Amino acid sequence: MAAFVVRRILVNIVVFMLIGIGVFLLVRAAPGDPVRMMISPEDLQEGSEQFIQARRAELGLDDPILVQYARWLLDAISGDLGSSFLNREPVSGLLLERLGPTVLLMSTALGISLLIAVPLGTIAAVRRNTGVDYAAAALSLGVISVPSFFLGITAIYVFSLQLGWLPSSGMSTPDGGGGADVLKHLIMPAAILGLAAAGPLTRYVRGSLIDELSADYVRTAEAKGGSLARVVSRHALRNSLIPLITIVMINIPQMLAGAVVLEQVFAWPGMGQLAVRAVNTQDYPVIVGFALYVAALVLVCNLVADIAYAVVDPRVKVT
Amino acid sequence: MSDLRPSLDAADVTAAQEAVAAGPGTGGPSSSRRSPRAMAARRFRRNKVAVGGAIFLLVLLVVALLAPLIAGQSPYSVDLGAIRQPPSAEHWLGTDASGRDVFARLVYAARVSLMVGVFAALLAVLVGTLVGAVAGLFGGWLDTALMRTADMMLSFPNIVVVIVLAGLLGPSIPILVIAIAASEWPTAARMVRGVTLAVREREYLHAARVAGASRGWLLRKHIVPAAMGQIVVVGTLAVAGAILSEAVLSFLGLGVQPPQASWGNMLNDAQSLTVIQSMPWLWLPPGLAIAATVLSVNFVGDGLRDAVDPRQSGRS
Repeated sequence: MAAFVVRRILVNIVVFMLIGIGVFLLVRAAPGDPVRMMISPEDLQEGSEQFIQARRAELGLDDPILVQYARWLLDAISGDLGSSFLNREPVSGLLLERLGPTVLLMSTALGISLLIAVPLGTIAAVRRNTGVDYAAAALSLGVISVPSFFLGITAIYVFSLQLGWLPSSGMSTPDGGGGADVLKHLIMPAAILGLAAAGPLTRYVRGSLIDELSADYVRTAEAKGGSLARVVSRHALRNSLIPLITIVMINIPQMLAGAVVLEQVFAWPGMGQLAVRAVNTQDYPVIVGFALYVAALVLVCNLVADIAYAVVDPRVKVT
Repeated sequence: MSDLRPSLDAADVTAAQEAVAAGPGTGGPSSSRRSPRAMAARRFRRNKVAVGGAIFLLVLLVVALLAPLIAGQSPYSVDLGAIRQPPSAEHWLGTDASGRDVFARLVYAARVSLMVGVFAALLAVLVGTLVGAVAGLFGGWLDTALMRTADMMLSFPNIVVVIVLAGLLGPSIPILVIAIAASEWPTAARMVRGVTLAVREREYLHAARVAGASRGWLLRKHIVPAAMGQIVVVGTLAVAGAILSEAVLSFLGLGVQPPQASWGNMLNDAQSLTVIQSMPWLWLPPGLAIAATVLSVNFVGDGLRDAVDPRQSGRS
């Protein structure tokens, strides 16, 4: 087991390095001279060609590409992702200060999705082919078919503009209002993100529970006189929820993608909003920093999913 | 958008084995004289929801093909004297921020959105089939490497791939198609690999191999035909995902660029509260168009899955 974990961690480190090389080469292939990008227009006017050459040498842009890559990688590992072209602030600081809002949004949404998916999936499995089951199927299909940003815009129209119940954008009102204020701002984006994630999760819980319900031990429990509620809650549901942690981990990166979009709709000050703005202003260092953060998140989630799967289910062949 | 992968290879293979075993041709005594394809078509026709979806898509396809006739006016002609006009007899769905006719843009956008969706799905299925078959046929370390890559790509949100590519190389339709395909091919690859592993050990494949068939021949003559039904299903569902991705990315300004209209970038205007509040004709029609189209494609995809492999229906 320990060997398995170590090997998986090493594999993931190698993969992260490969992604790093890919991103690095892409940045090098991108149009535009980084020196000219970094220099403000005023400086560029007075700066001569010699000045730019000197800056290039100073920044090490004339070194062999492998040397440049090694230097970039070492900087990146030690947390130095360069500075934003836009306002010269360090990229790692910019990303870190936006990590909190994104994590808050995603964890709330995750909680909401589980609160919807587990009960709904359970009822749909137990009462198969009834109204509840069909409603659950319709919900799953609906949320994967309707784009979340359209749901977001519609929600703003209904709840902010027509009814005036909830704020339409941002994370808090300027004059403050504490936790309740943040909560009010959080409800709509988190609910929509959670709803989108609940679709596939509900299908998963239902399918997994149906498989368990046909197992021998369930029949035994029923034969011993256990009520339906008891058999489901004490026996079948527990087993069917074990792999849920794997499914949740695998879905976290997809949830991040949803968060990027909803942060844009609701002006939520998270990492996704920063990344979209960086693309529109061609702020390469911020784009690269964001990509590396996401790559790390994806790899960690996959790693946890793999390990959790092997830990909770000893039947999984560990290789 | 993504499906949940039960991260066990064994699950892929069993499902595929069942599908191949149950599959076309062994449909029970009463239907032994019908071809598998005809039986699948019959099952599909009985599925009213799927047929409804298919009809909607056909109508949409006609609208997209005949866009110039149906739109009646140019989607690009700017009229700064008549910006953000409410719907009227002249402009059925009003005009946008540049005075362009929203109905004409909606109709022309159907072309772009469908095209991006279909091309991205085709590319994804092509790459996925090739990778899956190679992984299944060759096995060993190549199989492990390819499937690990597939898992990785599957979990990498395509929006991030596009943010990096569009951010560094500039947004464009080819980049959009490639980025969407990049996150959709693993689903096809896993499925085709499962079918390949299931088919690989059957007698007719041994026979073909003994007769000296090359791997390319096995792929063309045996594996692709065996997987065809499921390839069509995966491909259809990929179209739904691709249309949705196009909409999301264009909405963020990372996909189709104006003045060219796509349903996603038409919603881009709706990031201002004034527009959301008082000009619903700007955001409601494209939003509903995306939802109706993606829903229809999903209906058709689910219908095809049930038709191709009835034993899988109600599962997953």
